[in-house]
Amino acid sequence: MTLFPPRRGASGLHTGNDLQANVPAVRIDGVKAGALAVGHARLVAVAVAFGLTFGAIAVRMVDVGVFSHGLGLLYYHASANPTDVSRADIVDRNGVVLATSLPTVTLYARPKEIQNPVTATNKLLSVLPDLNRAKVLADLSSHRYFVYLHRDLTPHQQYLVNALGIPGLHFQKDERRVYPQGDLVAHLIGLTNIDNRGISGVEKEFDKRLRSSHKPLRLSIDIRMQQVVHDAVKNAVTRFSAVGGCGIIMNVDTGEVLAMVSFPDFDPNNPPAPNDPAMFNRATDGVYEMGSTFKLFDAAAAFKYGAATLESKFDASHPLDVNGAIIHDFDAQNRVLTVPEILIYSSNIGAARMALKMGADKQRAFLKSVGMLAPLHFQVPELGMPLYPRHDWRPINTATIAFGHGISVTPLHLITGVSALIDGGIYHNPTLLPVPPGATVPGHRVISTKISGEIRYLMRQVVLKGTGKFANVPGYDIGGKTGTAELVVNGRYKNHDVRSSFMAAFPMNDPRYAVLVLIDQPHGTKATYGLNEGAWVAAPAVARIISRIGPMVGFVPRKPQGTARGPRPASHGHRGIADTNRVSRPAKHNGAGTGRRGIALSSVPRDSSMEGRHVATD
Amino acid sequence: MSFERTDTSTLGRWWWTVDRLSLGAMILLIGIGMVLTFSASPAVAVRFGLGPYHFVKRQLIFGFPAMLVLAGASLLTPLQVRRLSAIGVMASVMMMVVVLVIGSDIGGAARWLTLAGLSIQPSEFFKPTFAVVIAWMFSEARLHPGFPGRQIATALLALGAVLLLAEPDVGQTLIISGIWGIEFFLAGLPLVMVGVLILLGAAGAVGAYFAFHHVQVRVAHFFDPRADGSYQVITALKAIHHGGLFGVGPGEGRLKLILPDAHTDFILAVAGEEFGVLVCVAVIALFALVVVRGLSRLNREDNLFIVLAASGLFSQFGLEAIVNMATTLRLMPAKGMTLPFISYGGSSTVGMALAMGMALALTRTRYPAEGAS
Repeated sequence: MTLFPPRRGASGLHTGNDLQANVPAVRIDGVKAGALAVGHARLVAVAVAFGLTFGAIAVRMVDVGVFSHGLGLLYYHASANPTDVSRADIVDRNGVVLATSLPTVTLYARPKEIQNPVTATNKLLSVLPDLNRAKVLADLSSHRYFVYLHRDLTPHQQYLVNALGIPGLHFQKDERRVYPQGDLVAHLIGLTNIDNRGISGVEKEFDKRLRSSHKPLRLSIDIRMQQVVHDAVKNAVTRFSAVGGCGIIMNVDTGEVLAMVSFPDFDPNNPPAPNDPAMFNRATDGVYEMGSTFKLFDAAAAFKYGAATLESKFDASHPLDVNGAIIHDFDAQNRVLTVPEILIYSSNIGAARMALKMGADKQRAFLKSVGMLAPLHFQVPELGMPLYPRHDWRPINTATIAFGHGISVTPLHLITGVSALIDGGIYHNPTLLPVPPGATVPGHRVISTKISGEIRYLMRQVVLKGTGKFANVPGYDIGGKTGTAELVVNGRYKNHDVRSSFMAAFPMNDPRYAVLVLIDQPHGTKATYGLNEGAWVAAPAVARIISRIGPMVGFVPRKPQGTARGPRPASHGHRGIADTNRVSRPAKHNGAGTGRRGIALSSVPRDSSMEGRHVATD
Repeated sequence: MSFERTDTSTLGRWWWTVDRLSLGAMILLIGIGMVLTFSASPAVAVRFGLGPYHFVKRQLIFGFPAMLVLAGASLLTPLQVRRLSAIGVMASVMMMVVVLVIGSDIGGAARWLTLAGLSIQPSEFFKPTFAVVIAWMFSEARLHPGFPGRQIATALLALGAVLLLAEPDVGQTLIISGIWGIEFFLAGLPLVMVGVLILLGAAGAVGAYFAFHHVQVRVAHFFDPRADGSYQVITALKAIHHGGLFGVGPGEGRLKLILPDAHTDFILAVAGEEFGVLVCVAVIALFALVVVRGLSRLNREDNLFIVLAASGLFSQFGLEAIVNMATTLRLMPAKGMTLPFISYGGSSTVGMALAMGMALALTRTRYPAEGAS
């Protein structure tokens, strides 16, 4: 059987007459034959047209099913689409999401379309019980054209509201900012308002960038380090019943901020009122007298301007009288001290004498060069303005500023300045944006590499022999300086309320990371013999931070050297008094007789917390 | 079934004169329709709150009667076909008027009439009987100059179009207009008039665009695939693409689950997802076989009425298949149109069985001697 039989022969043509039963077919006449001829010819055209159309459909079928021409456009339509939200993500340096936007829907009503406001309100309350009944009823009964009922419905809530089938309720596409890390980076990231505009922190600083590009904004923060610092600061604040605290980790080579914590903090997904104290970023916005950590700047400036060398000696045998104001040492040695000893014992008298010898102008110029006299350039809007004697920098100011009183800066100022001292003497602006590996970061020289090495040596000595012993972690070559500043209340220094800090870096032979912890108004505990100084409060927190982040950054602890005496020196207990780790002093100083100095350590390290009691204000 | 060549009983003669290949293709299509309803309809039925096999059962209930109607109608003589159609077209016109008054509203259009528990869509019975009746009118006009057959056929088209557009059912209007146009063309419409008709058809399409909002929406979706409402067509394309050459296997389809009209207008997409492009191409080939072979067989038919009537019926079959498949494959704006014999739908299956049964009756081999005896 052929599929499409050929036309039968012309013989036997007959017309419709044979429809009449039993009527003999007749041979068709000319008109009828012509009609049939036309019909048959056109029939071929119709059949061909149908055949071609079916063929085209089959081709299209194969095209759609096997090839995917143009389907990309269609898939784009249905896939979860990052452009559905208007604000880019914020991620940490490793791409961990710190802030993101989720598409949501907002429920609104056109009250004129609501047939029965009471029924509608009751139904709505049955699925959205957090609504205020009176307000919803008033809104739905009003004559307004448009009322918002509920922002940011979940998909399930939207489904439930939809299922109520109330005419006049409508949904509007919306989005909600979500902070998956909760309180961990709260201050730094900041917040957005109800219209998705940044109102604080990075959200405000980069508002335009976040709204103009869908590419995530990458920060220099490392969320793992942030977690470590957050833990340590929170722990210290809790243990010492402190008012608050902050912690920062900085890459000293680039000025990148790797972690920055302020405590108390808040959950940015459910933020407190804007004036809540928890919203205050102590790390960038709080200006504090830093106390003895400033002695590092004092020493660096004195070295730079030739007022002192590592071997210089200053008389600390009795309190220093500066135009009638008496400067004491808390842990008074009552003898002549070398510069390393001034740092190790945190001698105010020694530091003041160094500064006075150098002079106010040079001190001021140096502090300016390390950024202490101006607000920082940093990528959050909450930046504190340093406080210092603007016009009248008298000798007493010079003397107290040497040990960090009479000048207030932010914790970020301090860590940035100290990073410059130990990073070969180059000052870099702090930054929240990651620096690509190998990139050169602009900066300016503040001290020579030689002096930078001497400062590193001093910081290491403090940890080995002085007030910073509790910050020591064997193998990490930590260096640092304690600071304990009394609070000024109503123009008077307030007894016993202090800010305790520890400014550290590691490894001291070639520092990579600077770590600062500052605890606001800690109270001593039984374990610390009631003491609340930096050495007892902040230094152990720094030690915890460094021992945890060292492995994260691939830092291999140096094996203890000089172990001829048997057991590991660090095994001598938590106070670390007998830590014999070799001084990681810069090579250029080896053999200068400063490697090991037979300094006798007092049994309990004390910081010069009471310093400046008599120089408070005048 | 086997009959001796010399068997002169009704069935014996039927067996040796009917186009058995086309008949087989049609029965195969009805069978494929039943299988695909198994695949496509449970998800839709559950969505409607019916039992999962609601549509399957109903398709079986209608499928076997449809085969009987197909075979039964093919037993008719041409004269019986003409008489049945003359009565049928009047009855269906009356039912279409009734539908407009008391019809059940399904999917936004009043197209159904509930009779003794059965939902009947009168337009499905109007189309084939209309095709036969206007063929009669055209052939009478051609063979008996002075008989106003063309005017009567055109008036009948206008009546049907008005009734269908009132439902509104633009798709069916398109089909009866196509049938009328093809028959008029075959009946010797001067080529100048053919051009005029094509222009009128274009004008009609533009008119439908401006007269019916849903037509505008669908045309807009055709040109902008990302508009919200073109979801259905895009899901259909994705389903076919998902299936690829060989399909993902019966019951394994995923996109069919979210295709709203999977069991009716978009059943080809389900076939594509589960059975693959090759099976779909085979289905397309079956449709093409029925239409092209049916039209070709008419080339050896000398009776103008039979040529026109059978052409009209095959055109109805072919046009509906083309509109449905072109919509699914996004070759034309969406048009609610079932795939003959395959889509779920009692009225469309039985109505199409009647149409094809009559077409088979008309294309049975007749020998001059038969009438002359």
